[in-house]
Amino acid sequence: MDNNQRKLLSGPVYIDTKPNHLFSAEVAQKSHVDFNLCYHCRCCGNGCPFVEMMDFPPNSIIRLVQLGLKKEALGSSTIWICAGCHTCSMQCPMAIDMAAIMDSLRQISLEEKAKIGEPDVLAFHKEVLNSIERYGRTSKLDIMLRYKIKTRNLFSDFNVGLKMITKRKLNLIPSIIKGIEKFKELFKGKRNW
Amino acid sequence: MPNKANIDVSYFPGCSMGASGNESNASLLSFCKNIGFNLIELKDWSCCGSSSAHSVDAELAFNLATRNLAIAPSTRPLLIACPNCLLRLRQAYIKLKNDKEYLEKYEKKWGKRFEPNLEIWHFFELIDNVDFNLEKFRKLNNIKFVSYYGCMLNRPPDMRYEKNYYGFMERILSTAGGIPVRWSYASRCCGTFLAAVRPEAVTEMVNKIMKGAIDVGAECIVTACMMCHMNLEIRCTIKRPIPIFHLSELLSFMSGSPITHSSMSKHIIDPMPLLRAKGLIR
Ligand code: SF4
Ligand code: SF4
Repeated sequence: MDNNQRKLLSGPVYIDTKPNHLFSAEVAQKSHVDFNLCYHCRCCGNGCPFVEMMDFPPNSIIRLVQLGLKKEALGSSTIWICAGCHTCSMQCPMAIDMAAIMDSLRQISLEEKAKIGEPDVLAFHKEVLNSIERYGRTSKLDIMLRYKIKTRNLFSDFNVGLKMITKRKLNLIPSIIKGIEKFKELFKGKRNW
Repeated sequence: MPNKANIDVSYFPGCSMGASGNESNASLLSFCKNIGFNLIELKDWSCCGSSSAHSVDAELAFNLATRNLAIAPSTRPLLIACPNCLLRLRQAYIKLKNDKEYLEKYEKKWGKRFEPNLEIWHFFELIDNVDFNLEKFRKLNNIKFVSYYGCMLNRPPDMRYEKNYYGFMERILSTAGGIPVRWSYASRCCGTFLAAVRPEAVTEMVNKIMKGAIDVGAECIVTACMMCHMNLEIRCTIKRPIPIFHLSELLSFMSGSPITHSSMSKHIIDPMPLLRAKGLIR
């Protein structure tokens, strides 16, 4: 648990940023989720397989949004670590779509060029999307190589890569879809990530 | 031999089945052939957007998913092999059915009407939709297995009225003489893309899953997701892991195709000693 979490979970919370009162409406509108139904039972965080990697447990993200603490919510690692596995929505008594909230927060943080809580996760998503734009499909090898170069980490995981290449788990030559030029138009003007 | 169904089905393999997981793809195709489904690969299918598109841009994610719906002929069902692709395409499909705003966007983007009669099938639904005689399947010789669903049966709330298939793999495989073992990690997520970004943390998670399976006495793990299969295999670092099978590999064998050395050699955790011990391969 880090300081942020401790602050939120124990005792009174002293907030050093100004709340933004429009923020929660913005998230509600973008995500189509009525997160005020949440009664903070924390079932979501208890079941989340990734909660230990997050700076705030999932329901605290809802709390931050409710309180209008935009900077904290957008800058959290939680919104990037969330893998959208929906374990939480299966357990939530109020059927809150947590993954949709996280999606919206990531999108807002990109639109507003906020500080990214987990730059490596974003770097990975970028490489996946670049691969889709290039071929119409994803090539794992292409994504991994470029991701490793971008994050200056080329030789970490070398053994895993080698194992996969020899077992032909990584496609060396990606297949390109036929209508690729037209397909690329889907990505036009979409470079805020 | 099981009863033959003789049904044409469009097939969306998705990037991980279409490429990196080709041994599962081959077994899925042979299983479907054995039970009489004629799979016709969706012509020029494209990536569903994976976990990345919806993370950064809702419109892009919607377009990537619906492009595939737009090119699918509505005259036959569309089988989607990968649970993650299925979720993306079905979620888009449900939005199109229920929300005029999305429908308009779709029709403007793809210049055609949305086909609400298009059926989208999960791999489990395909099996569930036919009435074939499991009793006639080849036997798995008391192989002890745990079913690993990962996050594939989890759904966002707007899909909560979809069927739930917990226990499905246990039912099918035990009818054919497999012995299901209960365990605690059946629906624990494999780590998905975090396996690339946070390998150490995911290794820890995967090791827990593997250890959980070994501790209850399972001889193998069965999954129906390529991503789970791969993450468990490449990220597991514990000594003497047990092999992992894609459900389609076992089904293909059960319905009459042989298990071949060449397809098994693509597994990172060697399944051959187990298969030999069980007399499933010579
Ligand atoms: S499980 Fe649902 S109601 Fe409970 S804290 Fe999480 S989001 Fe809120
Ligand atoms: S969807 Fe996100 S918050 Fe919910 S359980 Fe999965 S990783 Fe955790």
